[in-house]
Amino acid sequence: MDWLPVGFSLAILVTWYVVVTWHDVPEFILPSPVKVIEELIGSWDLLLEHTLVTISEAFLGLFISIVLGTAIGFAMGYFETFRRMVYPLFVMTQTVPLFVLAPLFILWFGFGILPKIVVVFMVCFFPIAVTFAQGLVQSDSGMDDLLSVMGATRWKIFRISRIPQALPHLFSGLKIAATYGIVGAVLAEWVGAQKGLGVFMTRAMKSFRTGVLFADVLIIVLLSMLLYKAVEWVERIVCRNITNGGKIT
Amino acid sequence: MEQIVAENVSKYYTVPPEKGGRNHERLQVLTNVSFRVERNEFVSILGPSGCGKSTLLRMLAGLDRDYEGTIRMEDVDLKKNRVPVCYMLQKDHLLPWRTLMENVLLPAEIEGADLKKEAEAVRPMLREFGLEEFENYRPHALSGGMRQRAALLRTYRMRGDIMLLDEPFGALDEITRMQMQDWLLDVWGKHRKTVVFVTHNIEEAILLSDRVLVMSPRPGTIVKDIRIDFQRPRNRDMLLGSQFLGYKKDILASLG
Ligand SMILES: Nc1ncnc2c1ncn2[C@@H]1O[C@H](COP(=O)(O)OP(=O)(O)O)[C@@H](O)[C@H]1O
Ligand SMILES: [Mg+2]
Repeated sequence: MDWLPVGFSLAILVTWYVVVTWHDVPEFILPSPVKVIEELIGSWDLLLEHTLVTISEAFLGLFISIVLGTAIGFAMGYFETFRRMVYPLFVMTQTVPLFVLAPLFILWFGFGILPKIVVVFMVCFFPIAVTFAQGLVQSDSGMDDLLSVMGATRWKIFRISRIPQALPHLFSGLKIAATYGIVGAVLAEWVGAQKGLGVFMTRAMKSFRTGVLFADVLIIVLLSMLLYKAVEWVERIVCRNITNGGKIT
Repeated sequence: MEQIVAENVSKYYTVPPEKGGRNHERLQVLTNVSFRVERNEFVSILGPSGCGKSTLLRMLAGLDRDYEGTIRMEDVDLKKNRVPVCYMLQKDHLLPWRTLMENVLLPAEIEGADLKKEAEAVRPMLREFGLEEFENYRPHALSGGMRQRAALLRTYRMRGDIMLLDEPFGALDEITRMQMQDWLLDVWGKHRKTVVFVTHNIEEAILLSDRVLVMSPRPGTIVKDIRIDFQRPRNRDMLLGSQFLGYKKDILASLG
């Protein structure tokens, strides 16, 4: 554990607290960190209800992104023609602003969970597919030659050497996806939803309950960090021998 | 009888504009390369860097069929069919996530052979290759020399009677390289195979080979075929005698 960022964050919190109480800043402009925690505890039941909705949207979207992202990333790495065909299209989907797409998705898919999942997918699919494909095409021609002389087919070359070697790349994409999953769902909820942290956020904002708004954001941050850490943990197990290759006894 | 016969082999690379070539420029790498290698002979190909040695070896390995002339190996035309060979490069190419044994089993695994049997056959060889206690180590935990020996053992376990070695010791420090040469002489003395050994190190070529083929700078061709008449088993003391100096002079003269 690196204590430097922890200490630094604590220092910021303390400064924040001191400034807010010293200058008597009104709560609707900037609540103190203590107030935020109070709101978090006070509105816990309500917050939890909204959180669960957002989590299920984000998880479903992430799950589909991981499955399809890995599959299509693999196809892009394996079939050059396919990569040339779809890659520019994927890049284009990333350049269209999401606040344009999100209302459209509601128009097409209704007010239910589907448009939220689609938004999460739009955000998370790309980094997964692209990093995996990049890892797969990055090849050591000597290694390919060697395996080929041993009689390996293209598929075997991928199975034996290229896929394992691409896993660290894939995980860097998964970490990016994990960071954006929750935020993607929140963004989709802004545009139109009955429940979720995004909805709750807009309501808090409209009624100037800034303390609750901050509590809402705090949950989003914590959830995103937790997801990131979870992916990192899986990465450490899966890529242990690929990246550092310690000896086993 | 000759096991490898190369006749008038020429090779051009077409360098595409995005790789710095002018439009449709053809770079000639080899010109009229002809040589023969007998069964169980140890032949070195010696030449300056960039003269086309690796290109030639890739052709012998069946990896490149885009050339002029013919290469026959075990009476098979390499443009039409493949002949199984053992192939090794300067980099060890050990897979870091596999143990030493799993790396050595790779050729058998790709062929779909019985891995238990193969492991039984490999174990006694681990001792010969100085890797006895390291069967379950991963490459990162091994020294450079050990990794190169592991790579050579894996090369030995490939199916084929011909070994194609492309500067296998080129990345090692001088002292490790000398140890590897001594040790290759020893191993090769016991399990004879035909060897084509690419190097740009003159001493190494003379010490190891029955014949040294000297190549010109690009476009490469064979300018001299020198028979090395040292007795086997060989040792490093031969590098101090006048006969060695004679060979070296000969080679230096033909390198120009
Ligand atoms: N795939 C390739 N495309 C174009 N030029 C190549 C390619 N491979 C090698 N060359 C060129 O061919 C020449 C010979 O290369 P190589 O056979 O690797 O030489 P050596 O092994 O003797 O150092 C070099 O000038 C190199 O730049
Ligand atoms: Mg070379």
